[in-house]
Amino acid sequence: MYDIIIVGAGPAGLTAAIYARRASKKVLVLEAKSYGGQIINTLDIANYPVEAHISGFEFATKLYNQAKDLGTEFIFEKVTNINDKEHEKEVVTTKNTYKAKAVILATGADNRKLGLDNEEELVGKGVSYCATCDGAFYKNKNVAVVGGGNTALEDALYLTDIASKVYLIHRRDEFRGEDTTVSLLKEKDNIEFIYNSNVTKLNANDRLESIEVTDKDGKTKTIEVSGIFVAVGRIPENENFRRLINLDDKGYVIAEEDCNTNVEGIFVAGDNRKKEVRQLVTATSDGAVAATNAIKYINNLK
Amino acid sequence: MALVEINKDNFDSKVLKSESMVLADFNADWCGPCKMLKPILESISNENKDIKVVSINIDSEDELAEAYNVSSIPCLVLFDKGMEVKRSIGLVSKDAINDMIGGK
Ligand SMILES: Cc1cc2nc3c(=O)[nH]c(=O)nc-3n(C[C@H](O)[C@H](O)[C@H](O)COP(=O)(O)OP(=O)(O)OC[C@H]3O[C@@H](n4cnc5c(N)ncnc54)[C@H](O)[C@@H]3O)c2cc1C
Repeated sequence: MYDIIIVGAGPAGLTAAIYARRASKKVLVLEAKSYGGQIINTLDIANYPVEAHISGFEFATKLYNQAKDLGTEFIFEKVTNINDKEHEKEVVTTKNTYKAKAVILATGADNRKLGLDNEEELVGKGVSYCATCDGAFYKNKNVAVVGGGNTALEDALYLTDIASKVYLIHRRDEFRGEDTTVSLLKEKDNIEFIYNSNVTKLNANDRLESIEVTDKDGKTKTIEVSGIFVAVGRIPENENFRRLINLDDKGYVIAEEDCNTNVEGIFVAGDNRKKEVRQLVTATSDGAVAATNAIKYINNLK
Repeated sequence: MALVEINKDNFDSKVLKSESMVLADFNADWCGPCKMLKPILESISNENKDIKVVSINIDSEDELAEAYNVSSIPCLVLFDKGMEVKRSIGLVSKDAINDMIGGK
């Protein structure tokens, strides 16, 4: 039996592991894919204290090594369920069941999809959720970016240097992202802003060929693009815990800054928690708080 | 062990004409998820001697990337007797790759 099982090896989970190991707890981290979480997709982190610039890969690898060197155990299996047996929690994965006194849910968030019929089958054939990963394939081609937040704006900016033309499609008439990025974009001559509109169809013949865009009055037009970069936000990965844990209407775990969930001994940390700011610093901060409270909880058992 | 680097000159002999199945990893230096996948592929390679795992850099080998319609990386393509039999896109778990190659 472990003291603490942490679900998810992103920044929140790895930080929780560091705190728990430094308190000499027996810690297991269960991760579905690979360590690091979402941040591995970014080339440059410029807002994490101390390091002015660091790549997401380097950040993730350093954090992982720090947790591992302190004696954290890692198993790469996806968690599908959790059973609460009061002072014992059963964490069920696709392959095994593990037991712990306390659990920290640090499952983060994943890309929100547009929700169009053939979207999934066109991933890798024109549909992408990561401009910095896939942008290079669209040299001198027409592409669209969908969204209005920072990710969409930065994706669009990045793509204006690669693609011949970028259409930025936003469902409102104003962007949520930073003004400085908006003004940089407005200086580019190969970008067209399409406001008050949604993407309603992906037209493909094996590969994406064009998209249908519908404005708020219901008028549609077809735009020829070979790529569409979807940046319409993220959704928390909490569905597997819904039976046990209270979630808000958007699927985030309901918990205050203390990271306590409605179940005693189960804590939450990172982007999957209901909160205002979802960044590395707030994820690592949650990790520290959740681990500290989990340690306290364990020490008070018996 | 590091993966064998493939270029357009050895692609035919090392991939298409290979006796064993080949798992080709299309990747780039600037792609974070590709770097995360590397150690997973190395351990797949070490544990499955009957399959060849190779790396194809899409920047230096853009012709190969284009020929196989790669437009999202990391992209894993499984070749059997010169034919593409399976493909997976994005960072995937070791278990998912084992399923793909039919390994343990
Ligand atoms: C492109 C991009 C750029 C960004 N740039 C910045 C930046 O410059 N600065 C900044 O501060 N923030 C940035 N962020 C935000 C930052 O990455 C997140 O706030 C942070 O990664 C959240 O950490 P987390 O640990 O809560 O979740 P995540 O990073 O999402 O990690 C969660 C982990 O849990 C795993 N998991 C999920 N479900 C399960 C399950 N059922 N079983 C097992 N494992 C599971 C996932 O595979 C993942 O590894 C960026 C995000 C993106 C997408």
